[in-house]
Formats: sequence, structure tokens, C-alpha cells
Amino acid sequence: MAMKKSFKGLFYTPYILWLAMFVIAPVALIIYYSFFDIHHQFTFSNYRVFFESGTYLTMTANSVLYAFLITVISILISYPMALVISRLKHRDLWILLVILPTWINLLLKAYAFIGLLSRDGLVNNLFEFFGIPAQQMLFTDASFILVAAYIQIPFMILPIYNSMTDISDSYIRASSDLGATKWQTLTKIIIPMTMPGIKSGIQIVFIPSLSLFMLSRLIGGNKIITLGTAVEEHFLTTMNWGMGSTIGVVLIISMVVVMLFTNTKRKGRRS
Amino acid sequence: MSKTIVELKDVYKTYDDGFTALKDISFKLNQGEFYTLLGPSGCGKTTILQSIAGFTEVTSGEVLFDGKRINDIPANKRQLNTVFQDYALFPNMNVFENVAFGLVVHDIKKDEVEQRVHDALKMVQLEKYANREISELSGGQQQRIAIARAIVNRPKVLLLDEPLSALDAKLRKDMQYELRELQQQLGITFLFVTHDQEEALAMSDEIFVMNKGEILQKGDPVDIYDEPINHFVADFIGESNIIPGKMVADFQVAFLGHQFECSDAGMRPNEPVEVVIRPEDLVITTPEKGKLQVKVDTQLFRGDYYEILAYDEQGNEWLIHSTNATKDNSIVGLTFGPNDMHIMRYNESEAKFNSRLESYED
Repeated sequence: MAMKKSFKGLFYTPYILWLAMFVIAPVALIIYYSFFDIHHQFTFSNYRVFFESGTYLTMTANSVLYAFLITVISILISYPMALVISRLKHRDLWILLVILPTWINLLLKAYAFIGLLSRDGLVNNLFEFFGIPAQQMLFTDASFILVAAYIQIPFMILPIYNSMTDISDSYIRASSDLGATKWQTLTKIIIPMTMPGIKSGIQIVFIPSLSLFMLSRLIGGNKIITLGTAVEEHFLTTMNWGMGSTIGVVLIISMVVVMLFTNTKRKGRRS
Repeated sequence: MSKTIVELKDVYKTYDDGFTALKDISFKLNQGEFYTLLGPSGCGKTTILQSIAGFTEVTSGEVLFDGKRINDIPANKRQLNTVFQDYALFPNMNVFENVAFGLVVHDIKKDEVEQRVHDALKMVQLEKYANREISELSGGQQQRIAIARAIVNRPKVLLLDEPLSALDAKLRKDMQYELRELQQQLGITFLFVTHDQEEALAMSDEIFVMNKGEILQKGDPVDIYDEPINHFVADFIGESNIIPGKMVADFQVAFLGHQFECSDAGMRPNEPVEVVIRPEDLVITTPEKGKLQVKVDTQLFRGDYYEILAYDEQGNEWLIHSTNATKDNSIVGLTFGPNDMHIMRYNESEAKFNSRLESYED
């Protein structure tokens, strides 16, 4: 018995070490640093500044708004796409094509979009071909949100697609057998049953979207200051690690909040 | 005669890969009767159910409901309901919501929904379970809820796709009685699909025995059991001893070197046939008194009878059901009367079989 236990412990060790070094320690350090000002003095002022100066709150509101829009757009595109793919004959191949772009480096994709969206990029060339005057697309809110949504869509589709393929055909048949139209089956059966997939999609997409600093810089043209860009500024430019960490803590807390809201545990409902 | 509610006319179903699931299926279902499609797995019985329910399109032929062609009518517009093999109770809804689903999608008023759900749950004796979650129910309870959900729309026909296969033996027996009772109470047509011949014999008004996409024989349980059309049906329904023989003349059959008086007729003289004798129709006696002598090989105690396996001199296997045990390795005699034998021709069609039976019976 004792032998067996130590043997088991051997398997746990790498995970516990990994957890301690790369999850617990960094989070603890972030919380620790958030209580020091730029002169390495212990203080609560970082939090006071965060919640008292309008700048950071506006920034938070902006980040949440952008992340929200990115998440909603990804759901609106991903859900129908997952629904269609889950009904296709070679659905594994199609889902592979959806995943494929995630293997390409983010920076590379960002530069590709700069090429596409710039003043004399492909999209504007096409516009001119059809007689539409060239548009300023790069460095706009819309382009930032659309490119961010494009980056996030595979991460939204996958969990939704998986929850869809888990639904047995007989549920759909039962619904139709009982007289439900296709729309009723979608809204009353398929969407509620794929809710866990939608929720994990939100968890995977929403939080990273709060801090997309690279995209906000390259596609948003640094006009969009999100919490992510602020963290980057504080750590690399102003060297105010305390303030950067404070924003980090806020991001972690908001992540916990999102997790709680998208908890998949089913509550007992009563009719 | 009561009214025809469902009719299949020359229905064929061929899949893209060339597999023919249904071959020339034609039958009529009358209002208020209990029908069973019986056959081994893959024989096409579920495909028939699905083509009536609207989950699969037939390749050719007609599916009629209440006299109207419904081939192109989608499943949600057909006035019949299905009890699924896996029940397919929606896990995101509780018992009440599941049973109410068929009413809610038809925009029925709340008071009426409540009343009808209550009535349906009462029918299956689960009226106190309305607020339970599906995951809190046992297999037998889920089964009943699936039935309640299917009858709440007051369908004219209820299709049941092997609904009892997931239940344990005791519960399955109880449900057989209950389903039969429910069907008579509701007075609607049940089309029940099963591979379990005991279920089929116990519940049905009429059984359709299927194999390889074809209906081999239709008839009431007693006819099918006593007068199977061919080797497959005889073997599939109940247990049987099937011995090759020769029809010497009408009411005279020869097998294993002896000639016996039988109750079948209408074959050509000296036509090769198969003789069916059910194990419970064989009576063990002394070797001298027996019409045949067999050597007992093994005996199994089955509770209400002994199942005895024996071999005759030619090495044919004989299955005998007896209330008394006998001695292993002893030679015993077997007797049987003319009515205990049923003679089957090779490759006889159902129509010919029926008309031949009519020609000499009664």
C-alpha cells in the first residue's frame, strides 16, 4: 500500500511542480508586486489609482466592451458554422480546416491582415475594381474587432462543435417526432444542449480578448488601449511593475468572475 | 372489420451503397390493434418504423396514413409518435417539461398542457414525478416517461422501437403487461419493434416476422408459432426440432426411416419437406412405446421444466421439454401426435402457404 502510494506520487510530481512554478508562483508574484509602488515601497496606492482615476476604469470598460463584442461576433459566426459542419459528411476534415489557421503564428497572421487591409492592400484593390473608393480600414475599431474575432473563431467553434457531435440523433428525431419545427428544435433542444460548449467557448475567448495587446497595436494602430496594452506599457515602458501587476490582478479576478458566470453546473429547475 | 390507419404499399429502401434494407414491403395496420415487427437485428424492422415516422425516405412505394400518402410529409407533421430505444428524454428538461414538449411546440394553452401532462403521467403511474430531473429516474421510470411523452399528443398510432430492450428481465415482463393494457385503454394502434420473440408472442394481435428486409410471415401469435412458413420462422420463433423429410401423400410424412400420420396436405407426392416438432410437444416414454428412440445427452434444469438434449441414431439433435428429469446417457422413446408435427415446404411464398392451409383446414 505504502509502495503504491509513493508510486502514485511519482506521477503527480511533474504536474504539482509545473503548477507551483508556472501557475501558483506567478500569480502570487503578481499579487505581491501589485502592493509595491515604483519606488519599491509597500502601498495600496496602485489599487486606489486604478479605481479612482477615470483612465483605468475607462480602459477596463473599453477592454470589456471590445472583448464582449469579439466574443459575441465569434459566437454568431461559430455557432451556425459548427452546426453546419457537424452535419457534413466529411466533418472531421472540415473541422481540421477550421483549426488549421491556429497553427500559424499570431504575429504572422496580424501582418497578413495589415497586407490585406492597408490603403493599397488587396481589399481596397478589390473595392476600386468595383468602383468603390478606397477605405481606411487598418487602425479602425471595426478592423481590430473583426481580426480579433477571426483569430478567436477556431477556439469558439471547437467546444461548440464537440458539444454538438455529442448530441445523439435520437434527440433531434424525438423533437421532430413530437411536432417541433426545425427552428423549435434548434432553440429548445440543440442550443440548450450545446450550452456547455458555448460556455467553454466564452471562457476560452473572452479573457484572452481582454488583453490582446499585439493586435490592438498592429491592427488597432495603438488607438485602442485595452488592459493588455496597459500591462505591456507598465512593464516594458514606464517600468511601473506595481501598476502593471495591479491590472494583472484585475484581469485574474475578472477571469474568475467569468468562470463563475459560465459555470456549467445545472441548477435544479422547477416548473 | 376496423379501419386501416397505416398502409405500406410495395415499399423498397435502398441505400447509396447499394444495400437493400427493405424489399417489397406491403401491409395494413388497423385502428386499435397491437402489431409487432419481429426479426433479428439488421432485418429492416427499424427502417420500417422510421419510414412510417418520417425519419427516413423510402426509395419507392407508398406510405399511407389515414388513406393519405405521407411519403413527403416531414416527421413533425405526421400524427403519430415514437417511443425510442434509448428513450431520448431531453436531459435539459425535467419530467414535466419533457412530457409537455409535444404540447408546448403546438402552442397549447398552459392550463390544458398541465392537465394533459398530468393525465399522461397518471397513465404511466408516475404523476408524482413531474418535478424530477431525468437523471434522477431509474431505467424503468425513464421508459414510462418516454411513453407518457409520446401519448400526450394523442396520436392515432404509437411506434415503439425496442423500448424494453434496456430493462432487466423482471421489469420487462411487467412492462409487457402494462404496454398491452395501455394500448387497450388508449384504443390506438401500436407498432412495436422487437427481436425478442417472447415479447412479440405475449403482446401482439398480429406479428410480422422479418428477415433480410422482407416480411416472411404475417399472422396472429398462435398461427405463427404453430404454423411457421419456413425454417427461419420456425427456428426464430420459439425452439424447435427441424428434420428433413418427405411428403409421401396428403397427411402422410416420412422421416428418419419411418412413416407418420400428420395433419398437413397440399404438397406434391414425394416432395422433400421439413418437419417441425416443438420441444414441448415431445413426450418421453419407454423405448418400446416410442415412435423414435433417442439417447439422452445433457439435461438443463430451467425452473419450470427440464431442457433435455438427445441424439437419434442418425445423429440428429433433439430438444425436449419435460417436467420430469430423465437419466443421462439412457435410451428413451419419444412420442408425438399428428397435430404436433408441422410440415414446411421449401421456398413457399406466404400467399401460396396461406391458400394451401385454407384448402384443407376446417
